[in-house]
Amino acid sequence: MNIVVCVKQTPDTAATVTVQDGKVSWGDAPLVLNPWDEFAVEQALRTKEAHGGKVTALSLGPEGAKEALKQALAMGCDEAILISDPGFAAADSLVVSAALAAGVRKLGEIDIAFFGRQAVDSDTGVVGAQVARRLGWPSLSLVAAVRAIDPAARSIEVERLLEEGRQEVRSTLPATVSVTKELNEPRYPSFMGIRKASKAEIQVWSASDLGMAAIPAAALTWPEVMSLPKVETQCEIIQGDSPDQIAEKLVGRLLEEKVL
Amino acid sequence: MAARVLVYIDHFQGQAGLSSWEAVGAARSLAQSWGGEVTALVVGSSSSALAVEAIQHGADRAIVADDASLEEYRAEPYASTVAKIAKESAASVLVFPTTGRTRELAGMVAVDLETGITPDVIALEAGGGTVVATRPIYAGKLLTKETCPGRLHILTLRARAFPMPEITAGRTGPVEKAAPDLGMPATEVLGYKASDGGVSLTDAGVIVSGGRGVSNNPKLNPPADITDEKQKEIWRAQQGFALVRELAAVLGAAVGASRAAVDAGYVPYANQVGQTGKVVSPDLYIACGISGAIQHLAGMRTSKTIVAVNKDAEAPIFRVARFGVVGDLFDVVPALTKAFKARLGK
Repeated sequence: MNIVVCVKQTPDTAATVTVQDGKVSWGDAPLVLNPWDEFAVEQALRTKEAHGGKVTALSLGPEGAKEALKQALAMGCDEAILISDPGFAAADSLVVSAALAAGVRKLGEIDIAFFGRQAVDSDTGVVGAQVARRLGWPSLSLVAAVRAIDPAARSIEVERLLEEGRQEVRSTLPATVSVTKELNEPRYPSFMGIRKASKAEIQVWSASDLGMAAIPAAALTWPEVMSLPKVETQCEIIQGDSPDQIAEKLVGRLLEEKVL
Repeated sequence: MAARVLVYIDHFQGQAGLSSWEAVGAARSLAQSWGGEVTALVVGSSSSALAVEAIQHGADRAIVADDASLEEYRAEPYASTVAKIAKESAASVLVFPTTGRTRELAGMVAVDLETGITPDVIALEAGGGTVVATRPIYAGKLLTKETCPGRLHILTLRARAFPMPEITAGRTGPVEKAAPDLGMPATEVLGYKASDGGVSLTDAGVIVSGGRGVSNNPKLNPPADITDEKQKEIWRAQQGFALVRELAAVLGAAVGASRAAVDAGYVPYANQVGQTGKVVSPDLYIACGISGAIQHLAGMRTSKTIVAVNKDAEAPIFRVARFGVVGDLFDVVPALTKAFKARLGK
């Protein structure tokens, strides 16, 4: 099978993120492979291990995003491609999905494109579905289990995590699959994988390489990025002689403050 | 600019979630500041009842796109149908509640209409014909404002971020039928595996959550047939979560968990609150044995009132809590269950 996994480089989730002069800053926190995308890479690799084929990691970002692709290569992806062009600097999900869809098309006959459910920086969680829409493929999002893939019949069966329970869906291939955690445990890169990744050549495609004559303008504008309003919470510690007394006091306070 | 507001009613097999009515209420506020109208949009198989409900919650009119094949939600025909109706309506804003279905749906409609989508909105301001939407980014560490000048702006509203509108029983309005756009069927819903049947986390007014601390009851001795240490720990945690569940049951609350508890295998991922789980903002959040890692706080810090029960007085959870109990959850949580039962007359 010809498999693509779309990944993004993001600041580490433990980073302290602030706004400085109207711009987002994460200080000297490291940039990493988006944690959700690790599940996507793992599922892509498992799909290849079960059915044969090739896994290509595809990302959009600045030159530095090659580091995230190297992580994907170290985990076991066969090839990595970075879509990079100064014109994408102010992209919204509409533009990002157009670029990634063009990238997937350029890769030829693809059977599945995996995505993480969302990026931990922009938090939109829509790009996988949007790429599917642009390619005219079915979108399978919030996938918590891949039950079966039948390359000959060109079909896939998954479980999607909805509020009401797990929706069991069968779809034709090609399709996009955006994954949540729980469906696998991402592997650590092997020593050999890290060595291979450090020497790998990562191709860079510009907008014109993708056949995008002009990069479309973003639909969205961002008039303001803000830090969270400071909320002063004074924690009232409830004390008492016994758990029962503490519990009665606490319940009393909650009812007094009309919390319930 | 035509200030028409379209609001999509998300439903599961004909039952709308509360967040759909919150979206109708928010759409109503937008329309009011523009002097425009709210049109509810329902896609399904026999949706007229939902259309009537939407009008009772504040919509002026409703458009219903029904087809037997649309009984189960499937992204592709739903997206094509919503996009077609939105195009014909000349609306300037299309509002969705945020659910597992609507995030992808709204994204796909945005592609069909070549326009911008702002997901997970927590605040709205109506400018001159455009909307300024505020949403959290970086897992709630920052907020961003977004606008979509000159195009239809697609929004999905975070559950419980907007007030629930009053129901006006006698309120009526026109309900119009529209033809769905079914396209080629590519997916088929085989069925559903029910979740544990508890209250949905994102809609819940009260959430009781357990963390790693729920497995730390040394007084409990696992049955002799469990010999594996990890299984013993999980068994202990399950007894701990039983206490959390009892408290939740008395309060009609949903059960949540920290990532540590989920990763340790105590409870399913569906219960996880936090950066890599669900983002919630109930009226009351009771954290039992949760230390309050930054990733957990990202998922619950917008709760109106937070109560923390933890043995460690230095735990970061106390910094966001309104009320705290420094003590053993195995003593405090059952006592709370008893006290709530007595005071709430259950």
